[in-house]
Amino acid sequence: MLLQMKGITKRYGSLTANSGVDFSLEAGEVHALVGENGAGKSTLMRILYGEEQPSEGRIYMNGTEQSFSSPSDAIAAGIGMVHQHFMLFPSFTVAENIVIGREPKAGVTFDRKAAAEQVKALSEKYGMPVDPWAKVAECPVGVQQRIEILKVLNQGAKIVIMDEPTGALTPLEVEWLLKAIKRLSEQGISFILISHKLHEVLDSSERITVLRDGRVTGTVRAKDTDALQLSSLMVGRELVKLEKKHMVPGQPILDVQQVTVRGGKGAKPLLDQVSFQVRAGEIVGVAGVSGNGQSELLQAVTGLRRIDVGKVALSGQDVTGRSPFQFREAGLAHIPEDRYMWGSAKEESVTDNGLMGHLRSFSKGGILRKSQIRQTMADWVRSFNIKTGSLDTKAGHLSGGNMQKLIVAREMAHGTPFVIAAEPTRGVDIGAMETIHEALLKRREEQGAILLVSSELTEILKLSDRILVLFEGRIAGELTAEEATEEQISILMAGGEQR
Amino acid sequence: MDTLLDWSLLSSTLRTVAPLLLAALGGALCARVGIFNVALEGMMLTGAFTAILGNYLFGNVLLAILFACVCVGVLALLFGYLSIQLQANAIVVGTAMNFLATGLTAFSLFAIFGVKGQYYDQTMKGLPKWDIPLIKDIPVVGDVLSGHTPLVYLAFVLAAGLQYLMFRTVMGFRLMAVGENITAAKSLGIRVRRYQYGAVLASGILCALAGAQLSLGQVTLFAENMTAGRGFIALVATMLGQSSPLGVTASSLLFGFMDAISIRLQGFSLPTHFTMMLPYVITIVVMLFFKDKSYLRQSGRMDSK
Repeated sequence: MLLQMKGITKRYGSLTANSGVDFSLEAGEVHALVGENGAGKSTLMRILYGEEQPSEGRIYMNGTEQSFSSPSDAIAAGIGMVHQHFMLFPSFTVAENIVIGREPKAGVTFDRKAAAEQVKALSEKYGMPVDPWAKVAECPVGVQQRIEILKVLNQGAKIVIMDEPTGALTPLEVEWLLKAIKRLSEQGISFILISHKLHEVLDSSERITVLRDGRVTGTVRAKDTDALQLSSLMVGRELVKLEKKHMVPGQPILDVQQVTVRGGKGAKPLLDQVSFQVRAGEIVGVAGVSGNGQSELLQAVTGLRRIDVGKVALSGQDVTGRSPFQFREAGLAHIPEDRYMWGSAKEESVTDNGLMGHLRSFSKGGILRKSQIRQTMADWVRSFNIKTGSLDTKAGHLSGGNMQKLIVAREMAHGTPFVIAAEPTRGVDIGAMETIHEALLKRREEQGAILLVSSELTEILKLSDRILVLFEGRIAGELTAEEATEEQISILMAGGEQR
Repeated sequence: MDTLLDWSLLSSTLRTVAPLLLAALGGALCARVGIFNVALEGMMLTGAFTAILGNYLFGNVLLAILFACVCVGVLALLFGYLSIQLQANAIVVGTAMNFLATGLTAFSLFAIFGVKGQYYDQTMKGLPKWDIPLIKDIPVVGDVLSGHTPLVYLAFVLAAGLQYLMFRTVMGFRLMAVGENITAAKSLGIRVRRYQYGAVLASGILCALAGAQLSLGQVTLFAENMTAGRGFIALVATMLGQSSPLGVTASSLLFGFMDAISIRLQGFSLPTHFTMMLPYVITIVVMLFFKDKSYLRQSGRMDSK
């Protein structure tokens, strides 16, 4: 056995991130590590990479015990890590990024030519083409990842850890990557893939280890299992099939009429005479290839962007040209597209993030009512199953999925008649996705009107009563839930005709 | 002294550029490891004072300069400890250091020499002026290039040396890696803190030399707050020069030239308040054209990601 991790336990204060985890890897094996956000995958890998020290447990390589007190120890032992957020130097060249740490030298000088040749040889050996002299900032994401892999291989890695490798890639790049992993594993390189995309994991790995709440809930061979079994191992229960009750839509809550947002000089309008309604007790899904006006639509119906022509009314009140605050006053809650840019303050605590927009209901005469606030936040954390160290933990320390749940909890708590859910489950694991979908459907049953914008067609199809497809700023088609199929939506998204 | 532009203006430019260049090189080193060093001013002032003090104690300019380097080095390490080890905001720490230097030098001036305002000793010898053989005999060029203190020449040699260090050597490459993406550098096992401390210490020594040039090179005296914002001008020179030693040299020459003109204009019947403003006005004008916003990141106003 190339690598064995035995009984790894890691505690941070009162939080146990890993508890008695066993993990093993054979030479040339692709072993996936799956689990929900906060299940302890990253912690386990940080321990293996020497970034964290285990509270208990041992690591063996080829049968001898190892202790890694820093990444350099792990690198020296043949372990390499490709981080989810790439560890690259954008203004440096590809070759510089790959050889850094073991630069070819002539005396004290850095022999950049030799570096480029070395990189060229390396990229040919492993069949991963790169241009050594290109600036990394100018390389597409897929190539940047290739650079990361080459860097790790250049460090002499026999084990490559890849953290969420497909998150930022286009489908084509994903396909290329999975093939490259297969090819490299045939050349004797072992991979540990951290992921929560089950179908990718099932396709590309030999064994799969599932973590839940810091414990291993199973290690299975990929060919003996399926997505259903894996997800129940991950979540710890059978996933309930969401039930969408039949609802008769009521009054129109959001009324958008002929809204146009002009583009730059001579450019096409970003939104072109868009009209639609969202009624009480109805979820309207908006699909489209990203960049076809979704962001502009979201900004127009939340007051974040001024519209050039048209009218927006909320609950019968004309809010055209009003400020975002007035939009919210008129009955809007907004789960924003980008949870870090629009939805949270990373440096602040969970409590403070939850409090955003709720200040008035939690204060009296300008003084915050601390105990009431903490009570409510504790309720949200419990009911949305948000994994956080405490209510005072920095929001930036929460995993993406837990951050998202906090935002959903906060926005739902407004109890407004209209909710915008933009990419509500982007980068979120199955369990959290279920919680968020349940919350949205519950609001629908309470006669809420919901506008759902998502790049995940499955999500749109699962939740929506009606589906609008945006293409080049126009509504290219409208489908009802009963008639819509993935294929039909795809055709409309690509600018094709309806039926 | 009745023409504005003549060859001796260039000569005095070289003299005034030296302290700016030395300090700006220190600033550039710090910028390359991701530290925005606003303490240049204070370190330079401390350097100027301790150089005079060293000269007074040892009666030897070389020992005086070494003494200044050690003293400012200690100050730089304090700055490093606070901003690197304890992760305090470098701008806040640097500002505090500047005030510390102003107060401490004024206090020490009185405590040690028993004077206020300025200390001047006729018998004290300043830095020697070097006449460069051969070059000194060439007309015009000799007048401009020859007859400066060793520190003036050292400043330009150091600029060239640092240019080589940063862009040619492995050490310089890693140094720049630290400033470009500190997390990535750490993940590669590069000893990030060592580079940061090294750069801060080096900037301290460079500022000590800059201060010594002010108090022992151009004149032989120490006056309270005699740096008069030169550390901040050096900081602007660092940014304008994009933290590359050659660029920093060019921008320092610009500011040095302005400084020299401002001194020259005092010989004309212009109000001195206006002539003295010139270098600072130019600094503000340069800042208006300045586009690189990396200093904002250091001040915490821009997210690092």
